[in-house]
Amino acid sequence: MTDYKNLKLIATSNPHIRGSETTRSIMLDVIIAMLPALAFAIFNFGLRALTLTAVSVVGCLFWEWLYRKLMKKPQSIGDLSCVVTGMLLAFVCPVHMPYWMILIGDFFAIIVVKQLFGGIGKNFLNPALAGRAVLLASYAGTMTSWVDPAAGKAPIIGSMADVVTTATPLAVMKTGDFSALTGTYGVSNMFIGQIPGSLGEVSALALLIGGAYLIWRKVINWQTPVSYIATVAVLTFLFPKQGSGLEWMLYSIFGGGLFLGAFFMATDYATSPVTKKGQLIFGIGCGLFTVLIRYFGSYNEGVCYSIMVMNLLVALIDKYTKPTRFGVVKSDKKEAAAK
Amino acid sequence: MNFGKQLKEGLITNNPVLVQVLGMCSTMAITTSIMNGLGMGVSVLIILTASNVVISAIRKIVPDKIRIAMFIVVIAGFVTCVDLLLQAFVPAIAESLGVFIPLIVVNCIILGRAESFSYKNGIAASFVDGICQGIGYTLVLLAMCFIRELLGAGTLAGFRIIPEQFPIGVLTLPVGGFLVLGCLIAAMQWALSRPKQNKEESK
Repeated sequence: MTDYKNLKLIATSNPHIRGSETTRSIMLDVIIAMLPALAFAIFNFGLRALTLTAVSVVGCLFWEWLYRKLMKKPQSIGDLSCVVTGMLLAFVCPVHMPYWMILIGDFFAIIVVKQLFGGIGKNFLNPALAGRAVLLASYAGTMTSWVDPAAGKAPIIGSMADVVTTATPLAVMKTGDFSALTGTYGVSNMFIGQIPGSLGEVSALALLIGGAYLIWRKVINWQTPVSYIATVAVLTFLFPKQGSGLEWMLYSIFGGGLFLGAFFMATDYATSPVTKKGQLIFGIGCGLFTVLIRYFGSYNEGVCYSIMVMNLLVALIDKYTKPTRFGVVKSDKKEAAAK
Repeated sequence: MNFGKQLKEGLITNNPVLVQVLGMCSTMAITTSIMNGLGMGVSVLIILTASNVVISAIRKIVPDKIRIAMFIVVIAGFVTCVDLLLQAFVPAIAESLGVFIPLIVVNCIILGRAESFSYKNGIAASFVDGICQGIGYTLVLLAMCFIRELLGAGTLAGFRIIPEQFPIGVLTLPVGGFLVLGCLIAAMQWALSRPKQNKEESK
């Protein structure tokens, strides 16, 4: 055991270089990166996409404020991480879900998964995904029906009785006729996002723009999203269930929440590995589980659960990808690992 | 040994579920409705009290090496009695509790109290211990049932409180059991650590 109390942090004398990055600035970048997807969601599903996202963000802020207030802890809503969680949770929900439902999802995301474990940076799961998992287990009917964007927009308030729901491309790929799907939606529809699905996941293009922005701003590394999407692409190309490999692969990576998950959820700092090698492993694992769930599970979409499973393995991945300290030769490292 | 101290131990400071973390299997499995929780809690209370008394009575003639086997035989005897009584008089509860009534035989609370308390204490103290620990267990079960049934199914003892479309169904699933239990244990630990903190601060 290291005697931490007697360890001294030795700082050299000034001047020090100070980075301008803060939690707030990083979260602001993530929010900016999500705006194209939000804009497309409004275009695709109508203004309700915006109001649902806004309700979710306000819900997350409220729950965080309430918890910190009740527990007499310093307020942390200013770091904007709640805004990101709120937006992400709305992004993975169907647009016609009732507003009260997403507030329950916010509650689980913020209070149960994030605050009870110690707040930002200490959550063991991605809060937004955990919120979605709870909603899916509780309200399976609403969470698995999807508005057909071509058949009209969902009203901002009022009854959803007139909304036309339809199967998502992934649902058709799971149980239906793939050739009928390719007839309804072309590859360009799939890429741009004129398809039914959850609010923010439909447009691979908008998410790609946001993801590229995040990588350019060095908020995220390319390792996780690229290895994630590449794993899914390779597996679906090699093992298509219907149609040709290339076509099946394109529909697999553009349909569902793969791009959203790869760029915005698998890269969450608190729940992804620290090293780049670890992030590669993390992405490959996510891709593997996604394809396994889509092929052999009972759900159409596996992105949510695959990322949650890999979230739980992050501690292990970090342990085995720990870089060697400077000056340590390989044989020493093996001995250290054996201890 | 006084009654008040033992009651406080059973309910709060040494609560079988929230502090000793025993009897998890039944706590998770049956706390989906108030009636189940009540049936299970009372059954355990009776079995725990009876087996505590008997084990305390025979503790001096039981050889040390085979004591666990003896405990199990005594507990199994009472479990069989309770199981048959439930089936005869409240078949509905017996049916919904199902295999978890026979499983009380291996419930760690009962074996744990036999080993740690009644094997070392007199009959009267063991009797009181059985009742106090049993009440502690029952109250936690009822608290969990209340939360899970009200929020998860929207009913209380079968009566609908919350309209059907609202309840958070995940709470009636095993995941919900773990969540609620985790929150209760956390709340209990927080409450238990508070007096200490206050004392330390006042020093």
